[in-house]
Amino acid sequence: MTQVPVIESKNLDLTFETADGPVAALKDVSLQIGAGEFVSFIGPSGCGKTTFLRCVAALEEPTGGSLTVNGMSPEEARKARAYGYVFQAAGLYPWRTIAKNIRLPLEIMGFSRAEQEERVNRVLELVDLAGFGGKYPWQLSGGMQQRASIARALSFDADILLMDEPFGALDEIVRDHLNEELLKLWARTGKTIGFVTHSIPEAVYLSTKIVVMSPRPGRITDVIESTLPQERPLDIRDTPEFLEIAHRVRDGLRAGHAYD
Amino acid sequence: MRTILPVAVVVAAIVAFWYLAAIPMNIHFAVTSAQRAGAEVTPESGAERRNMGAIALAARNPAQWTDSWTQAKPRLPVPHQVVAELWRTTALQHPASKQSLVYHGWVTLSATVVGFAIGTGLGILLAIGIVHSRAMDMSVMPWAIASQTIPILAIAPMIIVVLNSIGVQGLIPKAIISAYLSFFPVVVGMVKGLRSPDAMQFDLLKTYNASRSETFWKLRLPASAPYLFASLKVGIAASLVGAIVGELPTGASRGLGARLLTGSYYGQTVQIWSALFATAILAAALVAIVAGIERATLKRMGLAT
Ligand SMILES: Nc1ncnc2c1ncn2[C@@H]1O[C@H](COP(=O)(O)OP(=O)(O)OP(=O)(O)O)[C@@H](O)[C@H]1O
Ligand SMILES: [Mg+2]
Repeated sequence: MTQVPVIESKNLDLTFETADGPVAALKDVSLQIGAGEFVSFIGPSGCGKTTFLRCVAALEEPTGGSLTVNGMSPEEARKARAYGYVFQAAGLYPWRTIAKNIRLPLEIMGFSRAEQEERVNRVLELVDLAGFGGKYPWQLSGGMQQRASIARALSFDADILLMDEPFGALDEIVRDHLNEELLKLWARTGKTIGFVTHSIPEAVYLSTKIVVMSPRPGRITDVIESTLPQERPLDIRDTPEFLEIAHRVRDGLRAGHAYD
Repeated sequence: MRTILPVAVVVAAIVAFWYLAAIPMNIHFAVTSAQRAGAEVTPESGAERRNMGAIALAARNPAQWTDSWTQAKPRLPVPHQVVAELWRTTALQHPASKQSLVYHGWVTLSATVVGFAIGTGLGILLAIGIVHSRAMDMSVMPWAIASQTIPILAIAPMIIVVLNSIGVQGLIPKAIISAYLSFFPVVVGMVKGLRSPDAMQFDLLKTYNASRSETFWKLRLPASAPYLFASLKVGIAASLVGAIVGELPTGASRGLGARLLTGSYYGQTVQIWSALFATAILAAALVAIVAGIERATLKRMGLAT
């Protein structure tokens, strides 16, 4: 990696002060993410994947170490609209149609009406929801809602896309389909993506880099650079190369668990 | 359609019970008047009758039952008397006449609506303040709760008298009492509604770097709509109660409260009951109007089908 990293974390610490005492959600997390990388975070529940993503998004304040996004502090990066964030639940507003939901960030960021219109249509197309703009969220399936929330995060063209288990609640088939779509979208747009998942195949299939984490305290145990080609049909998951990477991820997860 | 039968049965049962209950309530007077008119009654001695239970007396004088349903000043008027009085004081009177319940209803209604508007506006403003300022949350909420623990019957005369002494009379004092009763459910409902979006939705707006006012207009306010309407239905009924209570202490001559009061001065039970029914009908109509606006609004927002 020769360019300046888009996200750079050095010895990042975050300790939550709770009623039961301090919880070390992140401990000594150092990581570099370059432009256009697709980075997955995988690890057992409570290892700080969400917390790390929230730190990048300036939704959480680290208690130690340094973190820069596009060379700025996360706070400044947020103000510069550097990233779109996709939460685990679609979180669409029930009183807005799909098109109006996607328009929400555009309204807040002050795009002109014509441009809002144009962008909404473009991202609806991108996530395969053209023609559903006038529907209310409850009229859509869970997978479609999740795609709408991705469209919402894409609409203002941030260079970074942060996704926290966006497909966690979906069934395998829909998930496979959305994974394929996401890869295509990433190839087309060249965005930098941070992606949290619990699924090893999903992480290996999607990523150029897999970050394996372990809990108590939350830390990185392994960073795996994928050797898979850019072009990835779904059946790449049966190749020895894929299985080898998956194996290494599993070993990393097991190592994190070893002490308990 | 299938609900009509059970509803009709319940209404019929209530009406039947009402007629039955009116017999012992009014039987003493019915028997005494019948005796005075020369009819045979048992027992014959008035003193003996006075010491008798009403049900026993009714049981021994079945011929006087129908008389107990037609008295001019019964203890308990029966439905057809109330309906007849309602008809006489609405349809058969000029609406601007002081004999007309429409006139009195309008007087009360106008105070109710003004009070409701003030109470709702105040309630919403207080809720916005409470949600956005911790200081207001700590300082205003306890007072709002305390205000509702004071019996309105105790505070209404004070409001009327104090305002009267500075020359404010008529609609405004009543509307203020209305507002006093109706702001509270609006504050409570609105605070809950404005806080109803979950943390993720607030975080989402934060990632857009949205301001407080954008968060308010785009998230908090629309999310609060269902809560607001639930409160408004309670609030409008409370407003009506407030306006009527506001008519009682001054011995006002106009309004449904005044009809209740003059009715009880002169023992005009039929008038009292018809005023009560007029009040209930008005309350039901007001709540129905709010419910209609609620349905239309939520439907337009896509929150209801
Ligand atoms: N707001 C908070 N206050 C206190 N503790 C918190 C808070 N948020 C997270 N934690 C703690 O920090 C640790 C890491 O949480 P985090 O949500 O980042 O885990 P995760 O890896 O995303 O888990 P999962 O896979 O279950 O989503 C956990 O122990 C959690 O209890
Ligand atoms: Mg998580």
